[in-house]
Amino acid sequence: MLEVQGLRKVYSSGGREVEALRDLTFTVENGDLVCLVGPSGCGKTTLLRCIAGLLQQTGGTVTLDGHQVSGPPPGLAMVFQEYGRSLFPWMSVRDNVSLPLKQKRVPRQRRDELVDKALAAVGLAGTESAYPWQLSGGMQQRVAIARAVAYEPSTLLMDEPFAAVDAQTRADLEDLVRSLWQRLNVTVLFITHDIDEAVYLGRRVIMLSSSPTVVQDEITVDLPAERDQLHTRADPRFTELRTHVYEQIQKAKRLSR
Amino acid sequence: MRRFLYVAGLPVLLLLGWFVLSSGSENFYAPPLRDILRAFVDTWTPERLRADVLPSLVRLFAGYVLAALLGVALGVAIGLNRRLRATVEPVLEFFRAIPPPVLVPVIMLFAGIGDGMKVIVIVFGCVWPILLNTVEGVRAVDGVQLDTAKAYGVRGAARIRTVILPSASPQIAAGLRQALSIAIILMVISEMFAASNGLGFTIVQFQRSFAIPEMWSGIILLGLLGFALSLLFRLAEGRALRWYHGLRDAQRRS
Ligand SMILES: Nc1ncnc2c1ncn2[C@@H]1O[C@H](COP(=O)(O)OP(=O)(O)OP(=O)(O)O)[C@@H](O)[C@H]1O
Ligand SMILES: [Mg+2]
Repeated sequence: MLEVQGLRKVYSSGGREVEALRDLTFTVENGDLVCLVGPSGCGKTTLLRCIAGLLQQTGGTVTLDGHQVSGPPPGLAMVFQEYGRSLFPWMSVRDNVSLPLKQKRVPRQRRDELVDKALAAVGLAGTESAYPWQLSGGMQQRVAIARAVAYEPSTLLMDEPFAAVDAQTRADLEDLVRSLWQRLNVTVLFITHDIDEAVYLGRRVIMLSSSPTVVQDEITVDLPAERDQLHTRADPRFTELRTHVYEQIQKAKRLSR
Repeated sequence: MRRFLYVAGLPVLLLLGWFVLSSGSENFYAPPLRDILRAFVDTWTPERLRADVLPSLVRLFAGYVLAALLGVALGVAIGLNRRLRATVEPVLEFFRAIPPPVLVPVIMLFAGIGDGMKVIVIVFGCVWPILLNTVEGVRAVDGVQLDTAKAYGVRGAARIRTVILPSASPQIAAGLRQALSIAIILMVISEMFAASNGLGFTIVQFQRSFAIPEMWSGIILLGLLGFALSLLFRLAEGRALRWYHGLRDAQRRS
């Protein structure tokens, strides 16, 4: 279980202080899929970095499976918002995806299997020997997703992972995330600024206020577990939920002005 | 073919110019190129190459490789450690500012006049550009790349080998390129001070015995050597940094 308790983060650089997160409290059950939405600049990336143990918070605690996070927890994978910069340009796509597995000492054969499967799942079979910079932005983003998936994490953090892909690919990747989540029993925390995407994907949606950031609202998405792009999005309940999320976000923006 | 003409055109023209302008030269110190070329063929026989050029190259290679290992290893350590950097950086800048040739007499005092001295001189001269460039390269590693490595548990030696060094490698290569020309200069200079063989020694020997065309031929050989080595370096660099040149082209196009 992931527990975020009173999390606060103040950046101070060059005498300027920015309070990115004021007071965040929420929990994510093991095996849950939670989407986080919030206006741009509200501290979503900051939050994810604190959970991943990449950033020291100013106050509050992050606990993962009973352990306080102070460094990167094992079994946690992250898809960075800056997907282009998070791939290593001196490595082929295959090496990029298999590096974390090597580090985990997964045997060679199993490693190749996992890499092939992950690349195939994101529709990138056949690009193994290419360098990341030979691929389009959307393809690079999918390599980053494949890397996280091949790692077989128990917790998966995704920071706006579909920002650079076209609508059709995006729909495919959304379904991929849901099917992986169902199959691998992984806990997913998914950041997006797309309200429809949050409602379609998530079992819960957490809405953040704009800076200084607190949890604005939280809903459980009571749509059937089997979702598909056509029917789920046409479901009246889906429309209700997305309207609710939309209103909350608007309210958050108004309050901050 | 066309590219070859462009590349070879100017050198050929210069040589032709030298040949024609010097053909009637009466000046003892600037003999006609014709004589120099004849001396070249007579002087640089295979035995001579083995006896004088090979030892020079071995010393050059030993000094250069040592400097590269030392420079990269120290550079990574300093680049990764902020406190260490703050302590040693002023000292490094000071050492770098010393023109290496003036160290030859000093180093001779305690390292003698053997091969060891020459290798030490080369190491001392060319370690600085490698070291400082490595420090810069290591410091400039992208933060997101470092975070990625950290998040996926890539640390310790694997972090240095798979992330830090490759990321810094274009800058390291720039340092190595500067160091190569310094190494050649120091090879020659150290041999001019005190040696019993080597290219620098031979050229000075010719000069002292007034074998002027032979002296010139030695200088030409030195130039050719430097040219060949930098060509080799460019080839090796192009191969090792293929990803980097590709990446830069890709970024320029977009
Ligand atoms: N390293 C930093 N130093 C100082 N301020 C920072 C730093 N990183 C982020 N901030 C500030 O913290 C706030 C939150 O940034 P963050 O990147 O977490 O937002 P975000 O919700 O991910 O935005 P987006 O949706 O645009 O990605 C912003 O005001 C930003 O300017
Ligand atoms: Mg962000």
